[in-house]
Amino acid sequence: MGVEGIGASVVRKEDKRFITGKGHYTDDIRLHGMTYAHFVRSPHAHARVAGIDASAALKMPGVVAVLTGRQLVDDKIGNLICGWMIHSKDGSPMHMGAWPAMAPDTVRFVGQAVAVVIAETRNQARDAAEAVAVDYKELPAVSTIKAALAPGAPQLHPEAPGNIVYDWSIGDKAATDAAFAGAAHVVALELTNNRLIPNAMEPRSAIADYDAAEDHYTLHTTSQNPHVARLVLSAFYNIAPEHKLRVIAPDVGGGFGSKIYVYPEEMVALWAARKVQRPVKWTADRTESFLTDAHGRDHVSKAEMAFDANHRMLGLRVATLANFGAYMSLFSSAVPTYLYATLLSGQYVIPTIYAEVKGVYTNTTPVDAYRGAGRPEANYLLERLVETAARTLKVDPAELRRKNFITTFPYQTPVIMTYDTGDYHASLDAALKAIDYAGFPARKAAARKRGVLRGLGLSCYIEACGIAPSKAVGSLGAGVGLWESAEIRVNPVGTIEVLTGSHSHGQGHETTFAQVVAERLGIPIAQVSVVHGDTDKVQFGMGTYGSRSAAVGISAVIKAMEKMEAKARRIAAHQLEVAEDDIVIENGEFKVAGTDKKLAFASIALAAYTAHNLPEGMEPGLKETAFYDPSNFTFPAGAYAAEVEVDPATGRTTFVNFVAADDFGRLINPMIVEGQVHGGLAQGIGQALMEGAVYDGEGQLVTASYMDYTMPRAADLPSFDLRHTTTICPSNPAGVKGCGEAGAIGASAATVNAITDAIGNNRLEMPATPDRVWAAIHGNG
Amino acid sequence: MKTIDLRFTINGAKERVSIPPHRTLLELLRDDLQLIGTKEGCGHGECGACTVMLDGVTVNSCLVLAAEIDGRSVTTIEGLRSGDKLHPVQQAFIDESGYQCGFCTSGVILSTKALLDANPHPSDDEIRQALAGNFCRCTGYTKIFESVQAAAKGLEGDR
Repeated sequence: MGVEGIGASVVRKEDKRFITGKGHYTDDIRLHGMTYAHFVRSPHAHARVAGIDASAALKMPGVVAVLTGRQLVDDKIGNLICGWMIHSKDGSPMHMGAWPAMAPDTVRFVGQAVAVVIAETRNQARDAAEAVAVDYKELPAVSTIKAALAPGAPQLHPEAPGNIVYDWSIGDKAATDAAFAGAAHVVALELTNNRLIPNAMEPRSAIADYDAAEDHYTLHTTSQNPHVARLVLSAFYNIAPEHKLRVIAPDVGGGFGSKIYVYPEEMVALWAARKVQRPVKWTADRTESFLTDAHGRDHVSKAEMAFDANHRMLGLRVATLANFGAYMSLFSSAVPTYLYATLLSGQYVIPTIYAEVKGVYTNTTPVDAYRGAGRPEANYLLERLVETAARTLKVDPAELRRKNFITTFPYQTPVIMTYDTGDYHASLDAALKAIDYAGFPARKAAARKRGVLRGLGLSCYIEACGIAPSKAVGSLGAGVGLWESAEIRVNPVGTIEVLTGSHSHGQGHETTFAQVVAERLGIPIAQVSVVHGDTDKVQFGMGTYGSRSAAVGISAVIKAMEKMEAKARRIAAHQLEVAEDDIVIENGEFKVAGTDKKLAFASIALAAYTAHNLPEGMEPGLKETAFYDPSNFTFPAGAYAAEVEVDPATGRTTFVNFVAADDFGRLINPMIVEGQVHGGLAQGIGQALMEGAVYDGEGQLVTASYMDYTMPRAADLPSFDLRHTTTICPSNPAGVKGCGEAGAIGASAATVNAITDAIGNNRLEMPATPDRVWAAIHGNG
Repeated sequence: MKTIDLRFTINGAKERVSIPPHRTLLELLRDDLQLIGTKEGCGHGECGACTVMLDGVTVNSCLVLAAEIDGRSVTTIEGLRSGDKLHPVQQAFIDESGYQCGFCTSGVILSTKALLDANPHPSDDEIRQALAGNFCRCTGYTKIFESVQAAAKGLEGDR
């Protein structure tokens, strides 16, 4: 490794603009003649829109236009789509109701837009929106899965009888039932996975600009995948064909999944920009973010595991109800199915698994992928079940896990996935050593003397990242391929621009992608710049989510580099009059092995562009493109160990230690990896201890501000002890597995297992707030 | 529309503006003075993204009326560096990777500066308390704490 190459904790190239306030986020952009949009949103969870009277609003100062959902229909703007078809176990396609960008007839969640006011200033638009009179005829609403499935429940969409989107299954039911019939022990658990609100610190924002002379649109937006946004806006929403629509995602202030989707506001801004013939800007206020950013999680599950007399796992049976909210968001259908149930084997040899998932409509904000997306739900369920089993069977939780670990690879699970590599004993051993597992009973006893309850919880997680082989996801119902593209543009002076379809919104791609390129050529990373987030610059890309940017995005970069290097090597061999195989690349030079003959990479680049002396028939220039389609998912895995103290008088949980031992394959920049793990852990611990979206019985979101939705603050979190064990990923040329979601996937189970160990009581749901923990100790025990 | 006249110091320079009386300090900075390094994360004084220093004390600029700064001195992220030289707090956050997406960063840096101005050698607990008003959704705070500790050392070297 060089000082700036793979494995070096290089400080980030993008840092200086962020640290000096020069980052350029969507809301920082102003266009000449720009107007401001404010949406009129439903205060009801379910209502018929009987009429909209905008006459008073139109007379208010600065108002340019008031546009409604009916006009969207008249202009044939398409409904929002769900891009992954799931079939129920009876073979029927999922039952989906239409989601118009602004509701012309019926609203189905609080915050759904019915109209938009365009005005000269943000405050004028906001004031005028208050004056738009909407005649709502209220309908009964359902805000929970239980209420939505109750007999006689209000129905959201005529297309989905019983409010059921699909009734899906995976695995072998007969074999699993047989395993349970022959089991020596069966352990069962019911649990919920609480609904979360992603809360990227930058609210969503969009600026749409329409150029009438060219009939061309430009959209600046807070997106994790601008090309996907352009594709969807063009192919499905009838906004503009792709060559007439440029989508730019500049600096984006965090996403965590919530900025994958194309939302109504971006569609409406584009459509409105043409209507008013001026640029239209919309930026969410924080309550709009709470109400309209796609939420995450929200499962209710029953899980049972069968063991033989020697505590070997025989089978797993799971029934899950997943709350989709009022509409099916872009990737929502895949989250509780192929991103969830396919991970239920965890790190264990489980001979047979059967899982059923029912997707349910409720009058709540749509739910989609949020950091981890299905995998945190799978890991939480499995690792709480395994911990429960250890306590029920009275065996050491680490021993029970060890006894059942997968140890030979590749390993085919009963639920589709083929794990390529891993060493689960190594990560568990590392975690147990770091937390001094052997010394825990003494610490617990000492705490008891102080009147404090001490607990230790484990979580051995696995995730599937690097999504995904296009053919595989296509066969499972995905509407797109999940490859990535890269272009290597070498300039005549030998500097390099890397164009990638991945998008960085905090992950530091401008640094890590440059490190990979610099390492290959032995040049400083200052000579490499990374270009992303603009459909006019990068030809196409699938974007950043599912911890895919290194495994898929960087693999595409490597593939393009290989092509570029091959051409440079031919030029060097030609000019040095040697065979191509004799050339080695080192320290920015193409050298003839065993001699002092060499050419600087910069002079090869110049030769490629002057084209005075190239091999016969070679085209001038030095620029190569690659599309990389992964051959398999990647399987980051690890072991987390949490040690907590619970104050029995208050129910308050305090961390003593939190160890995360991860196997991410090769690390490109350990400092950036650490930051990704820390952030994921914070969100996983947030879910475990404090975060949770709360709706009342009428579908009002009670937690629609930071006063009510509790997110971890600086004083709430422990410092983390990170360890790494490494098995190099064999499925991609970078050898990487992905690190963006692990913390959020593994932390919640470790934390809750630690608390339940401390209080000696398993009846605890997330978020494990002090009042719930106190009640578990004193009230319902 | 009725306007009010204000005279104040912004990042060391004298400034005069004539603005509508309902302007917040955050709007004044972003919309009138083009100092867009200060961000709006919630508009309710809960997230800390809009933190600036007013006469040396941190405030949520979304909760301060611009009228309140008449005759006073405001420091924003744009005022920390001198020429090309970064402030030691900024350098520490780069060295320790104390942020990821950058959106909350201006506010975090200002809160750090205010802490270290008042308390050059804060304990871990004092750092946590001083930054409890700044949400960061990316870092999990660990690298922020490390950055603040490094900044304290860096400022010591500067003295």
